[in-house]
Amino acid sequence: MKDVVDRRSFLKIAGTSIGIGALFHVAPLLGASANGRRIAAMLGKKNGEAPTPFSFVQLSDTHVGFSGPPNPLGTQAFEKAVDLINGLRERPDLVLFTGDLTHDSENPGEHADRMRLFQKIAGHLKVPLIKSVPGEHDAGLDGGKLFRDAFGETHYSFDHRGVHFIALDNVSLARPNVGPEQIAWLKKDLSRFPTTAPIVVFTHRPLFDLRPDWEWFTGDGDEVMNALAPYENVTVLYGHIHREHTHTEGHATHHAARSLIFAFPDPEAGAPKKPIPFDPQKPFENLGLRVVEEPGRRAAGNSSPRIEEVELTLREYAGTVGIQQLLKEGVSL
Amino acid sequence: MKYARFLALVLLPALVVTARAGDRDEEPRTITVTAKRFEFVPSTITLKKGETVKLLVTSEDVTHGLFLRPLKIDTDLTPGKTQELTVTPQSPGTFTAICHHFCGAQHGNMKLTVIVE
Repeated sequence: MKDVVDRRSFLKIAGTSIGIGALFHVAPLLGASANGRRIAAMLGKKNGEAPTPFSFVQLSDTHVGFSGPPNPLGTQAFEKAVDLINGLRERPDLVLFTGDLTHDSENPGEHADRMRLFQKIAGHLKVPLIKSVPGEHDAGLDGGKLFRDAFGETHYSFDHRGVHFIALDNVSLARPNVGPEQIAWLKKDLSRFPTTAPIVVFTHRPLFDLRPDWEWFTGDGDEVMNALAPYENVTVLYGHIHREHTHTEGHATHHAARSLIFAFPDPEAGAPKKPIPFDPQKPFENLGLRVVEEPGRRAAGNSSPRIEEVELTLREYAGTVGIQQLLKEGVSL
Repeated sequence: MKYARFLALVLLPALVVTARAGDRDEEPRTITVTAKRFEFVPSTITLKKGETVKLLVTSEDVTHGLFLRPLKIDTDLTPGKTQELTVTPQSPGTFTAICHHFCGAQHGNMKLTVIVE
């Protein structure tokens, strides 16, 4: 007998507004019911590993080493973000950094120092796993050499609790491109997965044409998304634009995280591409360092970030599509 | 026969002259642009809708890029090598061409305004 699967009982990555990037809960309800457990088991059979509930955080554009009027506070926002994550009641499994970890320097020694300072601050994160991709300020001047020396490869993939994570580098060629070699690698990497596999891509620049005249695009982003098009559960996380943004196209939903150094305005509002000026009265405004308290906890003086579910990702939608395909294939739950 | 001679002696040279004059009319206007960190000089150029223009763009220092999708411009600018780009804008408006080859901290500010009248 085939069960009717409720959308919310399937597989969900829900974004949570904690103001320091984005906190994602993966499959929080899968273990909560017999139906969810059966779905997880079936996905495990199809995809090789059953998804189990976990959460992760995306941070972006820390620009360690930046100094200027848009933010005279240097790394303070980054350090606050680390403290906030360490204070979460539910400890994330993973923190993803989506590029521009450092601000570039003409002096390679100084740039290497900035990477070491980034690692020192990120090293305070009490999470089991930290992964990152470069931004153009990390890798644009030297093709990614310093980044590779400090952090390892600029593109790679790994599996975590039934989710396949893919790190894509769209900055090291100096132009906003992924490049044919990496796209060939991506296709090969994807080929071992069924189309139902949950996939999270993280990269620096948007993989779609958000604002090409602000350099908010990837020249061969269409080729990347075409390679991902058959897959029904695709989330793309990126940075670069220093503001939140969500875009859905096909089976994929793209999410940009805020920056931890300064914010850009909304280009649709007609503003020029200049950082939003620093306000000493609200030094972390627009950076996302808005510590939002859960209403019920505020009175108790608890400053834990509010857990507010927002429709940030595709899981509920695409997961449902995924399960429909499995049903069509005659797989009984 | 007389008609053929008339054609050869009078009309043909006239046609050649007309064609040469036409060639001169169609020689595209040339605009020279220099790229250097972190600006294009001049910072604004003005084109006319339907007019074919030759852009001669040269980098003075490091590799830059020039990207303007509405005019199908997408090129790298290698130092010392002049890029010749022929464009015929079809729509009026003000467009922003950017450097899309990362060239340093102020790379994001490197823009060329293209006005099409």
